[in-house]
Amino acid sequence: MESLGHVKPQSLRFEQPLPLKSGAQLPSYELVYETYGRLNADRSNAVLVCHALNASHHLAGTYEGEDKSEGWWDNLIGPGKPLDTDRFFVIGINNLGSCFGSTGPMHSNPVTGRIYGADFPVVTVQDWVDAQARLLNHLGITQLAAVLGGSLGGMQALDWSLRYADRLRHCIAIATAPNLSAQNIAFNEVARRAIITDPDFHGGHFYEHGVIPKRGLRIARMIGHITYLSDDVMNEKFGRELRSAVAGTVRETYQYSTQDIEFQIESYLRYQGDKFSEYFDANTYLLITRALDYFDPARRHDGDLTRALAAARCKFLLVSFSTDWRFSPKRSREIVKALLDNRRELSYAEIDAPHGHDAFLLDDARYMKLVRSYFQGIEGELVS
Amino acid sequence: MSDRLTMETIASLVPQGARVLDLGCGDGALLAHLQATRGCSGYGIEIADDNVLACVQRGVNVIQLNLDEGLALFEDQSFDVVLQIDTLQHLRNAETVLRETARVGRMGIVAFPNFAHWPNRLSVLGGRMPVTRRLPYQWYDTPNIRVGTHADLEVLAQRNGLQILDSFGLHNGRLQRFLPNLLASTAVLKFSR
Repeated sequence: MESLGHVKPQSLRFEQPLPLKSGAQLPSYELVYETYGRLNADRSNAVLVCHALNASHHLAGTYEGEDKSEGWWDNLIGPGKPLDTDRFFVIGINNLGSCFGSTGPMHSNPVTGRIYGADFPVVTVQDWVDAQARLLNHLGITQLAAVLGGSLGGMQALDWSLRYADRLRHCIAIATAPNLSAQNIAFNEVARRAIITDPDFHGGHFYEHGVIPKRGLRIARMIGHITYLSDDVMNEKFGRELRSAVAGTVRETYQYSTQDIEFQIESYLRYQGDKFSEYFDANTYLLITRALDYFDPARRHDGDLTRALAAARCKFLLVSFSTDWRFSPKRSREIVKALLDNRRELSYAEIDAPHGHDAFLLDDARYMKLVRSYFQGIEGELVS
Repeated sequence: MSDRLTMETIASLVPQGARVLDLGCGDGALLAHLQATRGCSGYGIEIADDNVLACVQRGVNVIQLNLDEGLALFEDQSFDVVLQIDTLQHLRNAETVLRETARVGRMGIVAFPNFAHWPNRLSVLGGRMPVTRRLPYQWYDTPNIRVGTHADLEVLAQRNGLQILDSFGLHNGRLQRFLPNLLASTAVLKFSR
C-alpha cells in the first residue's frame, strides 16, 4: 500500500456569520481543509473524516519538504487503504477553535481587532458540524457517502446523523460515547485547571504577554495520555522500570529523590507533555475539552438516547475496543441499543485490543479489515 | 449444519418479511438468504471476530456480543422471529438465553444436534461417545458444552412456561416428523412466550 504522497491544505473564508449553540456568533471565519481522491460525476463518493482532540484536517499524506509530516490517519486513508482514496473523495476539515489553521483563539477578532484569546466563543460539536456542512455546500456535496470519526470525531459523526440526517448514507463512529461520564469530565477539568492556574496563562490572554502556559499544557497532556492507554499496555511498555541516565543501560537502584525522574513512565509522560506544549494552544485545549463535556444529544430528550437517535436515517458502523476505559464498549453499546430501539440498520464490532483508547488510531488487523470491508460495501452501493 | 438444503428448510420456517434476530449467526449466510429470498430484515449476533467480518462483507447487519451476557440490548417482543440455530449447545447460560429468546421474539426457533439420534444411542450402548457427521468432535475436544436430546429440549421449554408451536426433527436437510427423537440428527423447536 502506498501513501498519498504530498498533499496540500486549502482554506476557505466565510463572511456569513455562524450562529453558535451558546447564542453567540462568529462574525466571519476561515476553515482549513484537505481533500484526497476525486469526486465522482454524481458527487456520491464523498467521505468526511472528523478529527478528535489534538488532530486536524491533515488526515493522510505528507507535506512537501517537511519531515515526519504524515497525516494522523495515514494508516487508514490512502490509495488501496481501508478508506481507499482511489474510490472515495475524502475530506478533512480543521474545526473552529483549533490551533491548526482554522479560525481559533490565536487569531484576531474582526470586531475588536485584538487577538481573541479567552474571548473566542465557546464552540460545540454542533457548531463544528454546522461549519463543516457549510464547507460541503461550497464543495457542491449535498449528500456524503459517509461521515467517519473516532472519539470526539465519532461524536461529530453521530451529530451529523441526527441533525443532517439526509446528508449522509453511513455513519462510522469509532471508540466514542453518547456523552461524557462524570469521570471523563473530571479528567478534563483537571487538565483545564492545570492550564488556567499556570501563571503564564494570563486569563487566556497570554499571547500579548509573549508567553505560553507550557507547564499547564504539559500536565494536561500527561493526564490525557494516562487515559488514552490501558493499564496493561502501560505495564507492558514501562512496568516499574527505572529510568537510566545513560540510554540503553538499566538502573537497578532507587535514587531516593522525590523530584527527579525515577521511573520510565514518568520520563515518558514528561516527554509527551513537553512535545505537546511546543505545538498546542492552551485556549484550544480548553475549548475542545469543553466541546467534549457539552456533547449530549439525549439532553434535549430528558436523557432518553432512544428518542434522541430517532432522527437518524443512515446506516451505522460502530466500533469499540475492549481495553478502552475512556470510551468503553459499554458506552458504544448504549448507542447500539438506542439505534436498535429505532430499528436503524447497524453493525457493531468490539475489537479485543490491548491498547486502550489509542487503539482506534493503531493498526489492529481485525479493525482495519472491518473498516475496509464496510467501505467496500459502501462502494458497492455507488452508481459507477 | 451449513449445507444448503438445511438452510433452506430453516428459512422456510421464517415468515415473509419478518424482522429477524439471528443469535450466533456465524458468517451471516442464513440472514443473507432470508433477506434475498424472503424479504426479511434484522441483525445477526456473533462473538467471533472472523464471523463479524464475514457478515460485514456480506452486507448483513451484525452486532458483536457474548450471548452468555444476555440480550439486554433488545426490548421485549421487538422481533418477529429470533433464531438460535446451532447456538444453544455452545452457551453456558443456555436456559437463560432460551427464555430471553422468547422474551425478545414473538416466535423463537431453536435448532441443535439431537443426541438421541439412533446412531448416537448405538455408540453410547457400545460404550463410546458418538463421533458423527453431525457431532464430529471427540468428547475431550468439543465446543458443544450442552449435550441434549430433542425430548430434553421440549422438557426445558415446557419447564420455562414456553408455548411450543411446533416440534420436529431435521435430517439431511429434510423434515423428520415421525419419531424425531430417534430418527433426526437435528432437533427443532418453534415456540413463543
